[in-house]
Amino acid sequence: MKILVCMKQVPQKDAPLKLNESGTWIREDVSYEVNEPDAYALEEALRQKEKHGGEVVVITSGPARAQQVLREALAKGADRAIHLEDDAFVGLDALNTARAFAAAIKDEQFDLIFTGLQSDDYGFAQTGVILAELLGWPHATIIMQIEKNDTGIRVKRELEAGFFQFVNMPLPAVLTIQSGINKLRYATLIGIKQAKNKPMRKVALADVQSALTPNLQKIERLYVPQKTKKTETLDGPPAEIAKKLVDKLRNELRIL
Amino acid sequence: MATTVPPKTRIPGCSFLIEDRRPDEIFTPEDFSEQHRLIAQTADDFCNNEIVPNAEKMEHKDYSISRDLLKKAAELGLSTVDIPEAYGGLEMDKVTSCLIADRIAKYAGFATTWGAHTGIGTLPLVFFGNEQQKQKYLPKIAAGEIVGAYALSEATSGSDALNCRARAQLSPDGKHYLLNGEKMWITNAAFADLFTVFAKIDGEKFTAFLVEKNFPGLSVGKEEHKLGIRGSSTCPLVLNDCQVPVENVLGEIGRGHIIAFNILNVGRFKLGASAVGGARNAVDQTIAYAKQRRAFEKPISDFGLIREKLANQAVGIYVGESIVYRTVGMMDSVLSEIDKSAADAMTQARKGIEEYAVECSIVKVWASEMLDYVVDEFVQVYAGYGFVEEYPAERAYRDARINRIFEGTNEINRLIITGFVLKRALSGQLALLPAIKRVMDEVMSGPSMSEEAESPLAAERAIVANAKKLGLLIAGAASQKYMQALVDQQEIVGALADMIIEAYAMESCLLRTQKLVATHGETAAKLPIAMTQIYLTQGMEKIEAAAKKVTAAVAEGDMLRTQLAIVRRLAKFEPFNTIALRQLVAQRLIETGKYGIV
Repeated sequence: MKILVCMKQVPQKDAPLKLNESGTWIREDVSYEVNEPDAYALEEALRQKEKHGGEVVVITSGPARAQQVLREALAKGADRAIHLEDDAFVGLDALNTARAFAAAIKDEQFDLIFTGLQSDDYGFAQTGVILAELLGWPHATIIMQIEKNDTGIRVKRELEAGFFQFVNMPLPAVLTIQSGINKLRYATLIGIKQAKNKPMRKVALADVQSALTPNLQKIERLYVPQKTKKTETLDGPPAEIAKKLVDKLRNELRIL
Repeated sequence: MATTVPPKTRIPGCSFLIEDRRPDEIFTPEDFSEQHRLIAQTADDFCNNEIVPNAEKMEHKDYSISRDLLKKAAELGLSTVDIPEAYGGLEMDKVTSCLIADRIAKYAGFATTWGAHTGIGTLPLVFFGNEQQKQKYLPKIAAGEIVGAYALSEATSGSDALNCRARAQLSPDGKHYLLNGEKMWITNAAFADLFTVFAKIDGEKFTAFLVEKNFPGLSVGKEEHKLGIRGSSTCPLVLNDCQVPVENVLGEIGRGHIIAFNILNVGRFKLGASAVGGARNAVDQTIAYAKQRRAFEKPISDFGLIREKLANQAVGIYVGESIVYRTVGMMDSVLSEIDKSAADAMTQARKGIEEYAVECSIVKVWASEMLDYVVDEFVQVYAGYGFVEEYPAERAYRDARINRIFEGTNEINRLIITGFVLKRALSGQLALLPAIKRVMDEVMSGPSMSEEAESPLAAERAIVANAKKLGLLIAGAASQKYMQALVDQQEIVGALADMIIEAYAMESCLLRTQKLVATHGETAAKLPIAMTQIYLTQGMEKIEAAAKKVTAAVAEGDMLRTQLAIVRRLAKFEPFNTIALRQLVAQRLIETGKYGIV
């Protein structure tokens, strides 16, 4: 099976977020990491390849720094990488990101495309689904398990309240992968050493520009919520405190 | 392998004393390659996911876990960086080797196990084994299937290892040596498979032997009850007519001392890296606690005396990183030039590392003492909770202490530092005497008009230059008084070592900061600049104190007064507002919740 894994570089989870000067996004100099569900998507692709043979290709869009996630993926065992490199890919809406990916892989023939369920920064959960639409492929979301069968694949979707859905799908297809579907592997040192020599195809913004439409996403203002928790002490004799308390619960908080 | 990168400057060992370096000539943590960063990430993940969760079990001597983790680490490649490719290793640079030691150090118990296995347990074979021995053992060591250990010390010989009492005698049939004696403080002894054991053949010829666990006559004694690193095994080794095949003699008969001393040399810098990693972990936990613990209705991280500690801890790590990676960076540029297919490639590599023996000892001493300071404040910030076992400071405090003792005590290392420098000077390898003369001439001609340079960090550079001058001047005064007998004056040798150590640390820290300023500008490098100013202040205080101590011992009367005046003049600088600087550093630590330089 030939599998493409879409990956994104996102600000590190435990890094303190610093906003940029215009207050529209996070500053460039924070620490970055692989989007968590994407790491599981990659792991699943590597496991499928180990079972059924084939090739794992990873793709990302973003500035030069985003290459780090591709190198990491190559070190873990992906065969080659595609980097859509331009600062303009930061903050691009999901539709255009999917269009850019579709344009970049137009000459390739994949059996499966995996994305993480959603990104840890924007959290839209759209890129994979839109990409399926653009390609005219079936898709399934929140995938917990993938079994290859004679007609295609059988996947397990996570529903709410502990329920699951099993779906039989033909190939090719797009799947968005849930975190925790498998146990992530480490990049071994030999893998890291070999990653240097694996192919990395660069795609410039100009190469996919014709497929794009105006960016529909704009962040007007980003801010850290003000802390509003406040402790108030009621003073006076017990009877008076009780009276004040009842008043507050009834009129301010309206829970009585 | 062809390379398009121009060779980096080859910097002679000890030359920092007499030459100035440009920032672009030194390696800093900011120069880690993408590959280095990925490897650090793997080491970090391995430590967080596999080692730390199992720390408690190892602390209670569940060595099945230690062995299992050694195997896993080997599978990932974390243990094989220093083993040649021909024997199943990865044969990578020393920066990588240090980065792994640095990142694995969060739990000192296992870090010791791993460090002994990959260092003193493996390197004797790598550097001194013959082809047959390497073929036999190294691939299994690389795969983590057999665990190595090193048996040099005895109950009555430690720093003076050559005085060992263990004996070896050739068996009547000439096939075996029979070893008798007892070795002590053997790390990994309880579960190691292969020991490098030192004994004297016929009571004279100090020789190393490769001794397998199952050789008849070898037994492992009881576990020591240690102050710290309880998650590692330390036992005596008893040799009772232990039969060692003659082909297991390691290196040349009667030349075991070459192995004994070299192996400690080549491992020392890694101990520094490990101390820095341990300290970083301690600082992160200290910050977290200080932010969360409240007193007088606010977090204790609001208090100046707590913030001062946090800042000092961070400065320790910044300087520690600077000296460790500067040192291994120099080594790597020498090692990268060696033709690996050459018959004597390993000897060349050993000599390449040995070139920086002084720097390695500095790294060992400085970083182990820094770590001790950091864990001490770790306990202090945790206060009562720092003193009980349920909280992390207590163990960190105990675990740190051994670093000043093993791999050559810090006292022995101080003797090595000054001793090697003097030896290099006498042999003409280091132009120390002309440099001393230049400084003497300069100071005797009276105070020079200091140029009011406008360039960034000009004042800081002047301080470092004066620190080095002080070192040279005092070394000159001491040599003049004692000549060849200087090496017997241990207190003076120790004080000179302190000056050399500080000069190297101050310069490494400054060069790193200069490099940061050059790439990111002064504003972005505000924090490193602050840390540098804090460190230069305290470094110069130490140098001045050591200088006075030696001067008072080697001069008297008018001479003493003149020399002290020179010391004071060189040590003088317009003080930085270190209170404000520490506040600045602490503020960033508290905001980000962990050590960092941005």
